[in-house]
Amino acid sequence: MSARLKILEHALASMARRKQKNFAIIAVYTLTVATLASILFLTQALRNEAANVLLGAPDLVVQRLLAGHHDLIPKQYAEQIAKLPGVGKVTPRVWGYYYDSLKKVNFTLLGVNDASEPPLLAGHLPTSGRQCALGRGIADTYGVEIGDSLVLVDSKNRTLLYEITGLFSHQSSLLTNDLILLPEAELRRFFALPDSQASDLAVQVYNEQEVSTLAKKIKHQLPDTRPIGKMEILHTYDTVFNWRSGIMLTIFSSALIAFCILAWDKATGISAEEKREIGILKAIGWETSDVLLLKFWEGLAVSLSSFLLGTIIAYLHIFFFGAGVLGPVIQGWSVLFPKFDLTPAIDLYQIFALAGLTIIPYIACTVIPSWKNAVTDPDSVMRS
Amino acid sequence: MQRSLAFGAYLLFSSLLLALLLYSGRQQADTVAEHYFPANRQLVKQLGLTDLSIWSEARYTRHPSQADLFTAFQDYPGAFDHFPAGSIIGPGCLQGSPSLSFQKRGQP
Repeated sequence: MSARLKILEHALASMARRKQKNFAIIAVYTLTVATLASILFLTQALRNEAANVLLGAPDLVVQRLLAGHHDLIPKQYAEQIAKLPGVGKVTPRVWGYYYDSLKKVNFTLLGVNDASEPPLLAGHLPTSGRQCALGRGIADTYGVEIGDSLVLVDSKNRTLLYEITGLFSHQSSLLTNDLILLPEAELRRFFALPDSQASDLAVQVYNEQEVSTLAKKIKHQLPDTRPIGKMEILHTYDTVFNWRSGIMLTIFSSALIAFCILAWDKATGISAEEKREIGILKAIGWETSDVLLLKFWEGLAVSLSSFLLGTIIAYLHIFFFGAGVLGPVIQGWSVLFPKFDLTPAIDLYQIFALAGLTIIPYIACTVIPSWKNAVTDPDSVMRS
Repeated sequence: MQRSLAFGAYLLFSSLLLALLLYSGRQQADTVAEHYFPANRQLVKQLGLTDLSIWSEARYTRHPSQADLFTAFQDYPGAFDHFPAGSIIGPGCLQGSPSLSFQKRGQP
């Protein structure tokens, strides 16, 4: 058996003598790594999901601003925009919100014209006036299915019944959870929207390199508009799920501070028992390098075990148990929150960075105080 | 020797388990990239959607990319409410009856 293995054996035996303390450290360390890794996995998965599905978003959305806020846009703006070189189809979108004070939730009502069936829809899109298609979140919350009727109160306080002809599948919940689709003409009647206006315009741009130039041209020709490019939409979600933002930063920094306290506690000194052990080892002939190797093994055993265990727990938490603990933090006050069925999007760089940020400082915090004692006279170490 | 063997076995087992999880995640991601992402992209394209349906409690959280310029998230997305009033004014008591309901098939 090589000397290094013997030292490892001694290190593990030494840790076993202080098993309560070491188990406590491993438990806290594992929890810290699991929290940090859960945040990284969750945000990366959501960012990946948004980046992939929102690639299909309109190249440019043109809103009209009136008195500083979003207002209806005249359809003639669409004709003006369509004349610009490089612009393809300009589609007026009709949509709005419907607030339910019982559930305290905003539903998004969207008008559809397209007769072709979209993917991930069971049943079919509404074709006649009194039909609708719903997102899975609404169907699950209210326990309804195809063939039932949705009862809404329109802008003139009339109660209207819409037969449910289609339900979106769970796979599209991140997009359609609270969505209610109605035929566009019916939605106009429902909200009492004039035919000459739309909620906003979806603009197709042939060359994506020209989107920002076209946005400037539209803003110049129609100064009361606000063009929003697809890249801005993607950037919004990239920033929302960035680990540096908002609530994520709060949890991330709390976990990091907890880890720093743990490491600081290790770095600021070792116990009298550990000092005596180092003194005895030195007195019976151990070299300083042997003592440092012993402490290195101890640090590595704790940090590597905790890192592996914490990362596995985080993975299972996010991708097998639907982010059960972290999910409600992201959910906030949202009532119709989609069920998380996230696709793993692991960035190995992040895992290595997490390993580097947690394992190396801990080992350093274990070895450095021991080195201070190991280079001191064994007699004075044992007497101190 | 027994302890170091047990420790080595634990490290090997947990490393293999983690590697297996990451590998299965990769496989799952490939399947999703092949089937569900294109379907969802097509859905977004056909309906002209702009935002994820995650937070439905307010307009600016339901459509953060389309929100008015003066809303909290428009300073930078993910920002906390930047007006001190937001931490003082509590949610109001809403009056009125529920505005959305359903009628089961075959029931009056």
